[in-house]
Amino acid sequence: MHLASGVDPQLADLSNKLIYSAMVVYTIAMFAHMFEWTFGSKGAVAVRSTAQSGSLAETVAAAETKGAKRVTVTVAGAGGGTTTLTRTALAGEGATVVTSGRGADEVDGPGAAGNSQRADLAGRIAVSLTVLGALLHAGGIVTRGLSVSRWPWGNMYEFSCAFAFAMTAAYLVLLASKKNVRWLGLPVVLAGLLTLGIATTVLYTDSEQLVPALHSPWLAIHVSTAIFCGGAFYAAFIATLLYLGKDAFDKRIAAGLTTGPLGTPASIWRRLPAASTFDKLSYRINALVFPLWTFTIIAGAIWAEAAWGKYWEWDPKETWSFITWVAYACYLHARATAGWKGRKAAYLALAAFACWLFNYYGVNIFVTGKHSYAGI
Amino acid sequence: MSNTTTEAELPLAPDDAAAERLSTAPVESEGPTGIGMFGWARWMWRQLTSMRVALILLFLLSLAAIPGSLIPQYQNGQGQLKVEAWKAQHTTVAPIYEKLQLFDVYSSVWFSAIYILLFVSLAGCIVPRTWQFVGVLRAQPPAAPRNLTRMPVYAAWRTEADADAVNAAAHRLLRKRRFRANLSGGAVAAEKGYLREVGNLLFHMSLFALLGGFAWASLASGTGGKLMVEGEGYSNTITQLDDFNGTRFYGSDDLDPFFLKLDGFTAKFQDKGDQIGAARQFTANVEYAKGEDTSRLTKGTIEVNHPLEIGGSKVFLIGHGYAPVITVTNAKGEVVYHGATPFLPQDSNLTSTGVVKVSDYGDKDGAKTQMGFSGFFLPTAPLSFEGTGPVSLFPGDAAPELVLNAFAGDLGTDSGLPQNIYQLNTRKLTQLTQDGQPAKARLKPGQAWALPDGYGSVTFDGYKQWASFNVSHRPGNSIALAGAVLAILGLIGSLFVQRRRIWVRAVALPGGGTQVELAGLARSESAKIAEELAELAVDLQDDAPASEDEDDAEDPAADGPAADDPAPEAAAASDTPAEPAVPADQNSKE
Ligand code: HEM
Repeated sequence: MHLASGVDPQLADLSNKLIYSAMVVYTIAMFAHMFEWTFGSKGAVAVRSTAQSGSLAETVAAAETKGAKRVTVTVAGAGGGTTTLTRTALAGEGATVVTSGRGADEVDGPGAAGNSQRADLAGRIAVSLTVLGALLHAGGIVTRGLSVSRWPWGNMYEFSCAFAFAMTAAYLVLLASKKNVRWLGLPVVLAGLLTLGIATTVLYTDSEQLVPALHSPWLAIHVSTAIFCGGAFYAAFIATLLYLGKDAFDKRIAAGLTTGPLGTPASIWRRLPAASTFDKLSYRINALVFPLWTFTIIAGAIWAEAAWGKYWEWDPKETWSFITWVAYACYLHARATAGWKGRKAAYLALAAFACWLFNYYGVNIFVTGKHSYAGI
Repeated sequence: MSNTTTEAELPLAPDDAAAERLSTAPVESEGPTGIGMFGWARWMWRQLTSMRVALILLFLLSLAAIPGSLIPQYQNGQGQLKVEAWKAQHTTVAPIYEKLQLFDVYSSVWFSAIYILLFVSLAGCIVPRTWQFVGVLRAQPPAAPRNLTRMPVYAAWRTEADADAVNAAAHRLLRKRRFRANLSGGAVAAEKGYLREVGNLLFHMSLFALLGGFAWASLASGTGGKLMVEGEGYSNTITQLDDFNGTRFYGSDDLDPFFLKLDGFTAKFQDKGDQIGAARQFTANVEYAKGEDTSRLTKGTIEVNHPLEIGGSKVFLIGHGYAPVITVTNAKGEVVYHGATPFLPQDSNLTSTGVVKVSDYGDKDGAKTQMGFSGFFLPTAPLSFEGTGPVSLFPGDAAPELVLNAFAGDLGTDSGLPQNIYQLNTRKLTQLTQDGQPAKARLKPGQAWALPDGYGSVTFDGYKQWASFNVSHRPGNSIALAGAVLAILGLIGSLFVQRRRIWVRAVALPGGGTQVELAGLARSESAKIAEELAELAVDLQDDAPASEDEDDAEDPAADGPAADDPAPEAAAASDTPAEPAVPADQNSKE
């Protein structure tokens, strides 16, 4: 009898424990973010964050210096308002200060903490906890791979763990590069917990070697890019939802109402970035990911050619990847076509993400095709 | 949203035509123009090639692809069987589905119609865009619009420097920033990011290459199947293949000549845990020769992700199983059958069924007889079949057993009709009995079964493995691949390169001094045109320093919409009071 094993049970067990610990830490981070949002609700009317007014003061000071070169650019906003951007180069020092001022309808909120110190502290704790959770999470993925000496994405449990990690890591990288994205903390941690929760309960399978169809370098290429695309599409989806929410909020305020959509408190929406910021963010992510998603599908086709002899067979997984691709192409076309900007394009983005979700959960669980591996 | 403008949204004054059309996207036409058939035809063609219709067709394409993922399809692997099974289960709707071509979605009339229309639309869109783009490349960047304040991004200041010198400096700086720049009529016009349009055209054109690759493959490819037991070989001809599916330009005469022999097959399976029985490795060791000459063989291996390429064909490993070696001896003690007989797997633990047909058994009592055996091969047999029947517990050969029933009579092979070699036609056969029960034997390797009624004996000598292969000739792959690679490159250009125009105009003011104006227009959503314009302006101030009195001239109260912004508005606002820096209606949406 031929046997194949090569699983290190201790490492596999450690991996599970690390993933569970990460979930616990993420949960605490989620509560910390909730505190941040609650504490921050007091007195957080649309005011500039302190950091922003600080740099404005700097510019003004710099502008006083004689010989400073300074230019203010006026930018026409989509809503008819204008925005200005001032760039000041300090003479002799080569330093430049760039400040943007924006039209009243385009002001980004100050973030979840508002101007409450307590809330800011809670937010900082939440971010630290998210970092800790991500480290444990990464440990869980690495030990899972080490326990079987292969790339740790051979089944849906493993995809989901990696995918949740990709999302959290992308968020933390944005934070680390000083982007104003702490407001993303709560949705990202929630989405991560949801993904890990489904992974550990519904999708769990033991750490094992792979079926022969997965013995291929394309596993690393095709599946990694697919996971990355998934994480990014998810982030763009969150931004799209927030855009729709904030846009609805703006309209309601303009109509004289005092709450956000679905009766949500206005103070939450006030603290979030401007609708145009969300809109731009979701477009940028989707546009960035689209070529990579195209590559993922092509890599999959090349792999299919090697494994099954035909690069395209309209297997359900292939079909839904194609549908998702066309749906995102629709969205990009819509953005480029007059009259389709804003909410209409956002609905297309939501539909495209729904295709992606169905391709991931729906096709793997409910539809049988060649893309079925060990367990699920 | 700042600086997100397309030409379609900007109600530009005629003299601002220069600022128009940063993209060569087709302009939406309103209604039929002209008269009669020709007018209508032209209108319809315009519609078909409009972005809106492209959008609708794309949307339809994704919708139309859905049913094929939920209903079994003929063209999928083993599709035929699945479709038949599905039809048997849904007898009422099956005929309707068949009519609607729902078992063949991706080659159905309606699906084809959508993508053909889409590609016609695409061609109608690309060809004019390409010409137009060539025209753009040959012309100079469009001259500065008269009124620069109407552009989405704008900056201005006063300087004491000479107007011509400032224009020349701006020309030089824009050149340094790798803009295509043109200085004429007292203004600089510059443009950059042509790669965006190149990328966009390349992307859309490469979709045709992809389609071409697909089309060629479906017209000129062929696949054959061959099952071989360890030790067997075959020549790649229509007579020796088990089955063959050709296409218009690749028939049975076009088969690539080669010889292939299966030396040995290795299979490994998971033996514990919750994935027990899952396959872990399949390797076929083969020898092969290209062409007709089989005297010199080359060794090779075929694995699941590693097909073997021989000539213009690729050989894929697609299945495997066991072939028990069986010897049948007749009543006189003559060996009438000996060989490894492939049994076909029925489940994931490789419970396999198969038959042995002995068409020339000889005669028992002077009468000519044929014999047939049917049964199971179990790589890991349970101790008892009670309750379960003959079912294997594990796909590896841990406890192999052969279970056989014996029949005598007429196999029906003499009728001349082709017969399935894996099935026994028992219509004219009688099952042998023993003690009033159907005769049956469970044999371990090496064991023999003495048949009842003096029919001789059957020996289970041992077993080999077999592997089945798909021999596939598919041209057009490289075209499709090239199309795919170009598509990605094109996309990267199209989505990451920003196409933008910048104009600089320095004019001497009647009262002395020079007015410097900069304006920019970008055709994409994530353009950093404002930042770029600011950088350029700051650099330009080396040659055109802002007048000292300018700071004093500024009135913070004039800041308008950005009233809470302590940074001053464009200085130009005070110089040209008749015109607001940016008209509020410029970007009105919808
Ligand atoms: C075969 C299906 C098609 C696919 C998958 C596709 C895909 C895309 C994608 C992903 C973009 C985004 C690039 C960007 O935003 O700049 C794009 C842009 C564009 N597409 Fe298509 N397209 C298809 C068919 C068409 C057709 C039929 C037309 C013409 C009617 C067309 C005209 C355009 C134009 C003009 C742009 C550029 C818009 C701009 O200037 O930004 N496409 N296409």
